Amino acid sequence: MPTITIDGKQIEFKQGQTVIEVAYEAGVEIPHFCYHPKLSISGNCRVCLVEIEKMPKLAISCATLAGDGMVVHTNSAKTLEARNAVMEFILINHPLDCPICDEAGECKLQDYAYAHSRGESRFEEIKNRKEKRVQLGPRIKFDGDRCISCSRCIRFSDEIAKSNQLTFTNRGDKVTISTFPGESFDNPYSMNTVDICPVGALTNNDFRFKSRVWEMSFTDSICVGCARGCNTEIGVRNNEILRLTPRQNEEVNSFWMCDNGRLNTFKNVNAEDRIDGTFVRKEGQLQKVNWDEALEVAAKSLKEYKSGEIAFVGSAFATCEDNFVLAKLAKQLNIASVDFARHSVAGDQDDILIREDKTPNTAGAELVFTKTNGAKLEGIFRLIKEGKVKTLFVMEDDLGSINDEWEQALGMLDLLIVTATNSNKTTALADIVFPAASYAEKHGTFVNFQGRVQRIRPAVSLDEMDRALDGMNMSRWDKFGTKFDRWNQGHKYDAKPSWKILAQLSSHLGGKIKYEMAEEVFAEIANSVDAFKGLDYDEIGELGIQLKISEKVEK
Amino acid sequence: MAEKKRLKNLTFLEKMYIPEIVKGLALTLKQMLSPSVTMQYPEVKFEPPASYRGRPVLVQETNGTERCVACGLCSRVCPALAIEVQAAETELEKERYPQKFEINMLRCIFCGFCEEVCPEEAIVMSKDYELVFQNRESAIYGKDKLLVPVDELKDRIDFLRKFKK
Repeated sequence: MPTITIDGKQIEFKQGQTVIEVAYEAGVEIPHFCYHPKLSISGNCRVCLVEIEKMPKLAISCATLAGDGMVVHTNSAKTLEARNAVMEFILINHPLDCPICDEAGECKLQDYAYAHSRGESRFEEIKNRKEKRVQLGPRIKFDGDRCISCSRCIRFSDEIAKSNQLTFTNRGDKVTISTFPGESFDNPYSMNTVDICPVGALTNNDFRFKSRVWEMSFTDSICVGCARGCNTEIGVRNNEILRLTPRQNEEVNSFWMCDNGRLNTFKNVNAEDRIDGTFVRKEGQLQKVNWDEALEVAAKSLKEYKSGEIAFVGSAFATCEDNFVLAKLAKQLNIASVDFARHSVAGDQDDILIREDKTPNTAGAELVFTKTNGAKLEGIFRLIKEGKVKTLFVMEDDLGSINDEWEQALGMLDLLIVTATNSNKTTALADIVFPAASYAEKHGTFVNFQGRVQRIRPAVSLDEMDRALDGMNMSRWDKFGTKFDRWNQGHKYDAKPSWKILAQLSSHLGGKIKYEMAEEVFAEIANSVDAFKGLDYDEIGELGIQLKISEKVEK
Repeated sequence: MAEKKRLKNLTFLEKMYIPEIVKGLALTLKQMLSPSVTMQYPEVKFEPPASYRGRPVLVQETNGTERCVACGLCSRVCPALAIEVQAAETELEKERYPQKFEINMLRCIFCGFCEEVCPEEAIVMSKDYELVFQNRESAIYGKDKLLVPVDELKDRIDFLRKFKK
């Protein structure tokens, strides 16, 4: 294998790799703005200049192919001098407005200016002014002053989103980014440009000025917008989700996620209609009762029906753990009719990330329900209509919103028990409502359409949890806050993960289902469902693991 | 039992005590007749120098808006986590302003870091040292209590410009 020497380190590389790539793999970070591993090389920021022996001039490491025997210095006096000069150039027209810039704290220009710059400006003239607060698209605001013209956003819209909506206009120091005339930067992946913008030129309308990044805690999670299961990071402050950003996973979503997933999958966690506490229908009205009473009422009412009159509906929105415990409780009660609803939007799919299946865990629910052989969802619907099924347990799904017929059918039931995160048509018809933890409040696993099992972790604390004791990620505010601090009084919902509710219901019904942690449930799944054999939470880790179910794998 | 040894044996005059008593009375008399340095607080109030670090306040411009751009640096640097800032967008040129700015005076330790870190000279230490609360809630100062017109803070701002580097 060919070898290159970077800062005295001998590194083997594959033919065709650039110097910056080889360096990155060896753990040497060469500063860069315009270079992005998933975009074409543009080479216009010039900050990745390195000294290569036997070359007459410094070379930009992003566009220089590594060669056998090359000797590269990334921190020599010559390189540092050049880097400082480039930084000085870039900073000539960059405003010193970090205090009002959303990027501050995660800004590469800020980091590099701190690490590689002279520390003060020699530029005495007036800085160029360009247009500020330009609404490039419905979700993105552009600040011309801050832009360093790296062209990452333009290349992203051309190469990844394939929408060709952005371009440079003007030349020299007047150069700026704009959409083509009459165009709006509105493609479904547009907000990824906010993430890849090395400065704060592109800002997220939704998150703009909501919080400084250092005030939030970040937790690895999975997007629940569709069956892709993009890896995400949840940004939380004061127990409220403020932002979702994609996390790199080359097997699933690379660096990207769609705007819909980014904006619309977390709002229901802190929504007005969140179910907070257990409710039981008394005199026609849902009334708040305590957990013990609700569980007691649920257990007592379930006992009044024969197992043939009861059906259980799981959910592709819930985790494998939730569905597994549901199937187990059904078995305990001898209930054969167990299924879950599919939520597919025909045609809403592309060859980038978005999938037709709008649930995160259809594959997982299928896997844990394989052993059930009673009526499927359509059959359950028919049995309700025929009056044979009188009791339905619905977990984390809004059957009432599928269509009017379903809503009617739910109304015909004698007893409807629901676990749900938010109020919906199904909870409106329910007799007993248990508040379910949302995906951002529990541990669990989802299986995406590729058959890849991935973990979710609690980012928002429930009433029954404690950030420190439950090992959740904490911001500085979380660590030192007391109950007297107004910035530490974010609402904690009185909810539980569905598997926990089901396990408690089981014990009220005289069963033996008992778990303390989601991990224990998963351990049992790993023991009893072939596809999960030998897996545990540590094994799944940050990036998930491909299950051995070859027929499901598609790219 | 051995006699205890004194560090210094008293002289005859000292053993008589009377001259010492007279000396003491003379000192007392002298103090009684010298001018008083006691300040009759609260009737008379202490006017601190410009370098004094009283409660932190927000500078209010002459047009009535706050100078603060809600960057959150004061909040970040505060060792006692006394400051909470919530930014929001404004039509003004500064783009953002503090929708909420609260200082918990029970947490504040008057270190002046917030003033030191402020890029806008928007939060300064005032001369106000009279802080009395009857409950935790009233110790949290919002924008209504924090905003002080820039004219009243001239002393401190001049001091900062002269000595803050």
